[in-house]
Amino acid sequence: MGDIARLVAKRLGLGLLTLLVVSVLIFFAVELLPGDIAQAVLGQGATEENVAALRERMGLNKPAPVRYFEWLGGAVTGDFGVSLISGEKVTTAITGRFVNTLFLATYAAVIAVPLAIILGVIVALLRNTIFDRVANVMTLTSISSPEFFLGYILILFLAVKNPYFPALASLSEGMSFGEILHRTFLPALTLVLVVTAHMMRMTRAAIINLLASPYIEMARLKGTPPWKVIVKHALPNAWAPIINVVALNIAYLITGVVLVEVVFVYPGIGQLLVDAVSKRDFPIVQACCLIFAATFILLNLAADVGAILTNPRLRHPK
Amino acid sequence: MSTFVIGYYALLIAASCLAAYFNKRTVFMLIFSLTLVSFVLGIVGGVWALQMVTGFSAALALAAGTSYAFREFLIIIASKNLAKELRTAPLTAAFGMFVIFTYAIAGIFAPAIAPYGEAEIVSSAFAPPDENLLLGADQLGRDMFSRIIFGARNTVGLALLATILAFLMGAAAGLLAATRGGILDQFLGRTADVIMSVPSLIFALLMLSIFGTNLLVIVVVVAVIYSPRVFRLTRAVAGNVVVMDYIEAAKLRGEGNWYLIRREILPNSTAPLIAEFGLEFCFVFLLIAGLSFLGLGIQPPTADWGSMVRENATLISFGDMTPLIPAAAIALLTVAVNFVVDWMLFRSSGLKEQ
Repeated sequence: MGDIARLVAKRLGLGLLTLLVVSVLIFFAVELLPGDIAQAVLGQGATEENVAALRERMGLNKPAPVRYFEWLGGAVTGDFGVSLISGEKVTTAITGRFVNTLFLATYAAVIAVPLAIILGVIVALLRNTIFDRVANVMTLTSISSPEFFLGYILILFLAVKNPYFPALASLSEGMSFGEILHRTFLPALTLVLVVTAHMMRMTRAAIINLLASPYIEMARLKGTPPWKVIVKHALPNAWAPIINVVALNIAYLITGVVLVEVVFVYPGIGQLLVDAVSKRDFPIVQACCLIFAATFILLNLAADVGAILTNPRLRHPK
Repeated sequence: MSTFVIGYYALLIAASCLAAYFNKRTVFMLIFSLTLVSFVLGIVGGVWALQMVTGFSAALALAAGTSYAFREFLIIIASKNLAKELRTAPLTAAFGMFVIFTYAIAGIFAPAIAPYGEAEIVSSAFAPPDENLLLGADQLGRDMFSRIIFGARNTVGLALLATILAFLMGAAAGLLAATRGGILDQFLGRTADVIMSVPSLIFALLMLSIFGTNLLVIVVVVAVIYSPRVFRLTRAVAGNVVVMDYIEAAKLRGEGNWYLIRREILPNSTAPLIAEFGLEFCFVFLLIAGLSFLGLGIQPPTADWGSMVRENATLISFGDMTPLIPAAAIALLTVAVNFVVDWMLFRSSGLKEQ
């Protein structure tokens, strides 16, 4: 048990280090901005006093490393500074939207994960038949389509031509949970389509990989029915790769969420990020990027730790 | 029951009986399961659903026919060795090559094919299609069809440029890391780790918010984001080749580094590198399409598929499909490249799954 704790702690430390490096990258990328940030924000026509005032307000008169540690300290305690455009606190702008984004991603994941694993196992069972080929072409198409293409197709067929669901996923106060689920169904479905395809392919590959091993051959030779071979013999050993696949794909959801939120005008953090990028509102961009990157790194970490925990060989290193 | 429905089922059942009689099991399974699915679809969706199925199957058959003919065409014009390889290509790969070929033609000869210029205002905003405007006009009254043709040149060209740059950077760094090793290898490896630990779209957005959106910035940023993948692959592949005996022999012959890379290492790592180039292109293409959809890619009035979808999205709420055509064009090219890459990977690895 001591070994495994050490192994996990090592991964955690590595993840934390990566996050630190990424935060340095995010902070100092803005420093690369040619010329003065305050000048760039206000434009060429700004008066000398205005620029000086903004510099003072942004704390630009301090050296960059000092500001980095102030920013990082603030970020850890949940204070990301003040928006350059609206003057609002970044944290208040982000919190509600972040919850919305998490909700959408969870919604999609709850549908996609069981669906993908079941379909992946079925396709692995039926490998090299015509159904497998059709499934292969379909998942490939789904992966290759940009998220906004799938999103608009769903809008066209499920919202405009047959109005089952609303095309825009705007939320308002006091909606019941069922109503929220109904409203956010199309964006969730778009994410499900993309992520399920990825997960299915990876699950299929993981299981087929396992089916080539001798102990499966043995089980088959002693007359175990095919479904039992999969469920009893292959699946327990496939958990490690499957957990990996799931975590990686939920991490993938994070990138997908940005485009989907824009298509469906969903009030999430992705849309905030895109708006902030076009307005060059750096504190918000930095905060959003840090949150996205942190979630991404965390999920990748979860994949690593999950793989360690489900693999007896890694759990009991010689 | 209309004649269409009766004919539809008669054809399907006759075809499945024929397939069963001639012992074509997969064909039979396919056609008969289509019949069973049609029962359900017909009950739920009525004649309309059956017509959709017919249209879809016809499109599929047309695509299959085109790919078959295109493969035969390639086999005839190709040299002997290449023809032998091409004979093993599945129809999907042939289809992929056909689509890539079509896009290349559209992109290269765009000014000759498109009836109007890409920024030329020829009609009123959102004018419906007629004999002059094949697909109608966009939000400023420019010809949609011409803009889609020009988009093949701009969007695909930009993605290709970024992929080539990413590839050169990644491959150079990978070869350097594999041949030199040591601290340089460590440094490049850790840099690649950091770049890959940030989601690509987020990284691109961060960089674009700082440097602004011009073409050079987009190409460089996207190339930097995707070069670690190439770096890792090249390093792994080259690392495997470098330790081979024939490299040792070449070194003892007194060959230089450049000769080693060009004549010994590269020929033995081309297949995975070409496949990776295809995959990389898909990633880059989707990222650039996503960026331009968000309004942060190629700037107007240059025609670009991603931004065309965004600009004309209002039409979708009126049930018009035209804004989806550029998006479908993106998806089709990505699928096509993936098909070809699949075949190449299969061929190069000799991998047969059971």
